[in-house]
Amino acid sequence: MTQSSASENLMGKALKEALFAGATAFGLFLLYVGIETYQNINNQLVWRTRWGMLAIFVVIAAVSRFLMVAFIVPHLDRRKLAKAKSGILEISDEKSFFHKHFLKIALFALVIYPMVSVMLAGTQGSLKYVDNFGIQILIYVMLAWGLNIVVGLAGLLDLGYVAFYAVGAYSYALLSEHFGLSFWVLLPLSGILAAFWGIILGFPVLRLRGDYLAIVTLAFGEIIRLVLINWTAVTKGTFGISGIPKASVFGIWSFDIGAANNFTKAFGLPMSSAYYKIFLFYLILALCMLTAYVTIKLRRMPIGRAWEALREDEIACRSLGINTVTTKLTAFAIGAMFGGFAGAFFATRQGFVSPESFVFLESAVILAIVVLGGMGSLTGIAIAAVVMVGGTELLREMEFLKHVFGPDFTPELYRMLLFGLAMIIVMVFKPRGFVGSREPTAFLKERKAVSGSFTKEGHG
Amino acid sequence: MADEALLKVQGVETYYGNIRALAGVDVEVHKGEIVSLIGANGAGKSTLMMTICGSPQARTGQVIFDGEDITKVPTHLIARRRIAQSPEGRRIFPRMTVLENLQMGANLDNLKYFKEDVEKIFTLFPRLKERQSQRGGTLSGGEQQMLSIGRALMARPKLLLLDEPSLGLAPLIVKGIFEAIKKLNQEEGLTVFLVEQNAFAALRLSDRAYVMVNGKVTMTGSGRELLANPEVRAAYLEGGRH
Repeated sequence: MTQSSASENLMGKALKEALFAGATAFGLFLLYVGIETYQNINNQLVWRTRWGMLAIFVVIAAVSRFLMVAFIVPHLDRRKLAKAKSGILEISDEKSFFHKHFLKIALFALVIYPMVSVMLAGTQGSLKYVDNFGIQILIYVMLAWGLNIVVGLAGLLDLGYVAFYAVGAYSYALLSEHFGLSFWVLLPLSGILAAFWGIILGFPVLRLRGDYLAIVTLAFGEIIRLVLINWTAVTKGTFGISGIPKASVFGIWSFDIGAANNFTKAFGLPMSSAYYKIFLFYLILALCMLTAYVTIKLRRMPIGRAWEALREDEIACRSLGINTVTTKLTAFAIGAMFGGFAGAFFATRQGFVSPESFVFLESAVILAIVVLGGMGSLTGIAIAAVVMVGGTELLREMEFLKHVFGPDFTPELYRMLLFGLAMIIVMVFKPRGFVGSREPTAFLKERKAVSGSFTKEGHG
Repeated sequence: MADEALLKVQGVETYYGNIRALAGVDVEVHKGEIVSLIGANGAGKSTLMMTICGSPQARTGQVIFDGEDITKVPTHLIARRRIAQSPEGRRIFPRMTVLENLQMGANLDNLKYFKEDVEKIFTLFPRLKERQSQRGGTLSGGEQQMLSIGRALMARPKLLLLDEPSLGLAPLIVKGIFEAIKKLNQEEGLTVFLVEQNAFAALRLSDRAYVMVNGKVTMTGSGRELLANPEVRAAYLEGGRH
């Protein structure tokens, strides 16, 4: 076959597949996008069609499929072939400067991030970047790292992680309201209470694995939420608890406006809530670092190794003298503890908690971040959190989409679409998550980089 | 033959639900011996192995190890008494490296002897040394079996239980693994209790052996005796010399 007829063939195939993709998209979106229901002035539910929007969806699907088949796939194949021919495997020990110092660079960037945003956007303008992006993302990083201990390391699929987040948040809210305890007393206490609930959840599910475990943990998450809604005497039900006190700088400076030791007054700064947000940013950053530090340390200790072995093979674990009961319970407890810390932080940041914040969708989002990042990899999970949470926040900013899709287009409603898309892309191209490789913890002499080509296996 | 029984299984009956898998088994393993247990599929060999480890536990009868009754002791505590097992199907940790797998075996002593024991295992199985930073799941079947035995040895066992170490392996590799077991037994006095379908190789290796049929021990004797026994030859050796 000659070159030109081959490429003609390819174009023909791409065109065919594009038509097919367009037809599929049309079928899929006809009812969801093509037709919209709304309430009219008489409170009746009526519908109207949105053919333009539907057309855009169909065209996007068809064009992307065409580009994929005609250009991207052949390009990737050519690259793979060239690599295979030149015999270069991904085993080089040499890494680029950025790669080698990635963690230091990332940490430095995070530390200067609030200052840079104050410099670039002004004190008041920095609020958006520090609060909406910075703190929001870091909360999810922390939650995902906490869940990572349970799911990524110990391999126990937990669909109700948000329950511990709720326990932490309500512990702080209720105990500070009734006993007037400060944030710095209640932060560890919230963690301990959440860990306690982690053990409570752990006991009944000791014998369960996989799907069965997932179902029970899912139910547990719902139980906690329903208790929060219905135990109105204590939790005020769906009204939630408001007026939760702010955290202070270790009790030295306060962020309450009337207080004598007010932070802004003490430093002669102009009144602004931005300073509190910046303080919260560093606080959650420190909490994240604590989570990462504990995770890394634990992985090198017998308990961490036992978690990972438990994920791989429970029977082999027992035959090696590992007590699987305590191993599972500590995984649940420590994972839950970090959820509790994050919850207490969430409560003090919002100043308001209600059961609305702790729905199943949150558990799903946190789990999605862990899976997308590559189970067990702290870096991968952090990247996934930045992309997914940052992405949804960015959607809010995308005003220009209104010009494309019409004035009543609300981009943030499509955030789940973003998750779905990311899931599909990652699962197709990197089935083990963004960072699929695992850093080994045993070395004889020096650390030896394990090459990517040796870390894949067929099954198990 | 040594005088003191390290492991004594007395009248053990084990059930899976209502099904009796072991119908009163008596087995003894003395210090420094290699004892093998041969039998057809479903005879209860692996069940006996698992019963010694306490999962499932024997319903009646006793398992006595080193003078202590361990019949109702939980599995992980039995392992801590230095009964190490290379389980059926090898059960290595596929996503952990070879070295990490070995490390899991050394956890009982909190890695005190880790380095010196790893060297010992690497001399015994040089293939593992070459593969030390590779993931367990990427190893070949024979290498996985070596790793499984190596991991069990890392626990410095008083008794090593091997469940079908030859399963699915090429004859040459089986020979290598059996030689390694022999060497451990002769040089370090390691006591080995071996379950095998590959009766010929197992009997040649063993000091003594038991033949198991339908959850009962039907015959016992030295490896040499059983090899010469016409019944054993007819049932397990003739036509199946592999």
